Amino acid sequence: MKKLLTAVMGSMVMAAAPMAMSAEPTKELKMAYDADPVTLDIHEQLSGGMLQLSHMAFDPLLRWTKDLGFEPRLAESWERVDDTTMRFRLREGVVFHSGNELTAEDVRFTFERLKQSQDFKAIFKPFSGINVIDDYTFELVTSEPYPLLLNTATYIFPLDSEFYSGKTDDGADKSAISKHGSSFASGNISGTGPYSVTRRQQGVRVEFERFDDYWDTGSPGNVGKIVLTPIKENNTRVSALLSGGVDFIAPVPPTDLERIKRDENTQLVTMSGTRIILFHLNQDRVEAFKNPKVREAFAYAINQEGIAAKIMKGFATPASQMSPAGYQGYNESLSLRFDVARAQQLMKEAGYEDGFTITMMAPNNRYVNDDKIAQAVAAMLARINIKVDLKTLPKAQYWPEFDDRAADMMMIGWHADTEDSANFFEFLTFCPDADSGSGQYNAGNYCNPEIDALVNRANVETDVEKRTAMLREVEQRLYDDVAFIPLHWQDLAWASKNNVKIEPILNVMNFPYLGDLVVE
Amino acid sequence: MLAFLVQRISQALLVMFVISVIAFAIQDGLGDPLQQMVGMSVSQDEREAIREDMGLNDSLVVQYFRFAANAAQGDLGTSYFYGKPTLDVILEHLPATLELVIGASLIILVFSVPIGVYAAIRPQAWLSKFFMGISTVGISIPVFLTAIVLIQLFSIGVAVNPFPQDAGWGRWLNGALSTEGGLPSYGRGDELTPLFGTWNSGFFSHDGILHLILPSVSLASIMLPLFIRLIRAEMMEVLQSDYIRYARAKGLGAGRVNFLHALKNTMLPVITVGGVQIGIMVAYTILTETVFQWPGVGLMFLEAITRSDIPLIVAYLMVVGLIFVITNTLVDLLYGLVNPTVKLTGKKA
Repeated sequence: MKKLLTAVMGSMVMAAAPMAMSAEPTKELKMAYDADPVTLDIHEQLSGGMLQLSHMAFDPLLRWTKDLGFEPRLAESWERVDDTTMRFRLREGVVFHSGNELTAEDVRFTFERLKQSQDFKAIFKPFSGINVIDDYTFELVTSEPYPLLLNTATYIFPLDSEFYSGKTDDGADKSAISKHGSSFASGNISGTGPYSVTRRQQGVRVEFERFDDYWDTGSPGNVGKIVLTPIKENNTRVSALLSGGVDFIAPVPPTDLERIKRDENTQLVTMSGTRIILFHLNQDRVEAFKNPKVREAFAYAINQEGIAAKIMKGFATPASQMSPAGYQGYNESLSLRFDVARAQQLMKEAGYEDGFTITMMAPNNRYVNDDKIAQAVAAMLARINIKVDLKTLPKAQYWPEFDDRAADMMMIGWHADTEDSANFFEFLTFCPDADSGSGQYNAGNYCNPEIDALVNRANVETDVEKRTAMLREVEQRLYDDVAFIPLHWQDLAWASKNNVKIEPILNVMNFPYLGDLVVE
Repeated sequence: MLAFLVQRISQALLVMFVISVIAFAIQDGLGDPLQQMVGMSVSQDEREAIREDMGLNDSLVVQYFRFAANAAQGDLGTSYFYGKPTLDVILEHLPATLELVIGASLIILVFSVPIGVYAAIRPQAWLSKFFMGISTVGISIPVFLTAIVLIQLFSIGVAVNPFPQDAGWGRWLNGALSTEGGLPSYGRGDELTPLFGTWNSGFFSHDGILHLILPSVSLASIMLPLFIRLIRAEMMEVLQSDYIRYARAKGLGAGRVNFLHALKNTMLPVITVGGVQIGIMVAYTILTETVFQWPGVGLMFLEAITRSDIPLIVAYLMVVGLIFVITNTLVDLLYGLVNPTVKLTGKKA
């Protein structure tokens, strides 16, 4: 019976990944990222690194495909019961690394722990509860109709409830999430994923081994062992690949793209990313920024294509809005503005022909070439007689300044955790409100309650077409209003030896599905 | 002797106290540790709660006294990032750094003494001039540049063919100018031998030694020229002194004069400088370790700064202060052994 089930499951996955029959996972993969997982507790921090770990040691209910669709993983199927309820059917016969079997109780445990997690609770706020129907059926309930229910469900990586329950020898609760200091979960791990963690020295290396009883027997993945070494220095990471020390690296710095392309033993994969880099114009600090003409002039003065080509070496997609292509809010009719003559004209009309002086701040180690971008923007603004007093800071010092809104123009990069346009608006353009926390990163103090209301309506609209139209309208209105100055979406890049077939497992969310990786 | 040690220990305590105060005072300038610990979308309220929980909202004075009270009992706090006591974290990373320093010191020792002595005895020889020239270049090239060049040459390999490849001599010249590469360019490798405690050594396996080569050479590159010049200068001075001239006049062999009498006295200042320099080298490893992803305290410290891991920064600075005091003390003891006329407590005889 089990064999039959395996065969059925196998054929299902085969449909998605043609000609992939799993070989014996015997290959070893050495890879280098710029950082290693901060902790083994995947609910402790919401970050790219933690999601990468989640996709190795755990499986989500469903996951994103390359073209931003959904692919069933631990949930076999789902159906909408009513406006606020979605019923999921769980895959049977899935076991955790500990040997425990996955049931809907584990999902309940995970869901409740997510609601406790300081980093995840905001994402799961629209959810009011979970109903466990039987061992393999459960329902997720939201307080209002929620169009992003499935997006959010990609964050549910069921934990082994038996493994994470009870007390440690010291009497500490095993399920506790600890932001600082160690907890049971930060040092022990049991998921359903393709790899279990066998050895870990924080900041030095993590070793993974293929899980023998991994449920997805149709996965083409043939890597039996992974050694992850964090190499922070860009140059060293690239050297490690070129010298053959590692098989797979990410990220690849823009300055080394050519070097990797030139090398005949390595291959490069790049993708237009979803992280928008932009500047806010602080209307509270600068009276002139309240004038839409001045904001428009700033937008016309900045050459996004120039920045993408010269500073980012083509490693960025120039942006006229926040939503990248593929997101519901992406509005292809919004074009890049750059036109210096027009910018000068607008400044004249606004009565600021002679310009003025502003302060600008940007981080210098957070985004790709962030400090150079800021310098370029400052230079471009000089052409409309704006004198910029620029200060760049390491990220650890930058964010406190950002929270204080310490400069007239501040840079920020944003990636929507929900892979949805509304997330950009909620954090970056909503009227700032300390009580509700909306507009938390709106360093422009731009405020348009009408637009906020429109986004809020879109957030309870489950009809995709209607919702898409609403979000596009939001982008249009923000564009017309020049609520911010968008620069570009940072591209993503990975590189590997030629025999490591990374292309099929990469995606724009930047969590490689290493379980399916084929090494020849 | 006892008085000397007591004096040094109290000095060490004072140094560590001063460092801890300074480190604490500047922590506001190091940034907000919370930014590294929570996702971007975590609300201000949540952040405030975590801050309160971690005691970051207390005044610096309160925080310092809490730290000092724990430190007096040997607890230097818990690293935000590693979630472990800072001393444990440092002890885990220290062996890697010490091995790097040992590797570099061996290179320095093996090369600096013969070259320095040779350059002093035969200052006019072309080989001496060549070494002096190289050492000037070596001193002025920053260590990370040396490291990157070394990686390119000996790890990735360079293939050049400026000469015709079809002619025998051209092939030979091209081959001579190209390098194979193949040396490991990062980390300590997989084959470490556990010695004791947290000390896993790379000195006992082929793989471990290979991993040590490039980082050690890079680290040595900055100190080696300094030592060659120092030994040369000291040796030349000693060679001018009366007792050497007397020894020569007495008809002693050149080897005996140079290597027994002159070299021994040359080494006195070299030991002093050397000891201090080895202390400095522990700090210099920051650059080398970063380039080679060497998992030592230097890299750990640099990352602690980018993460604003304040407890780890404070503890590291205190430990480095301690290392400086200890190396200085050892140097003084050694000095006393080499030159018995030196009084340890530093009182005028």
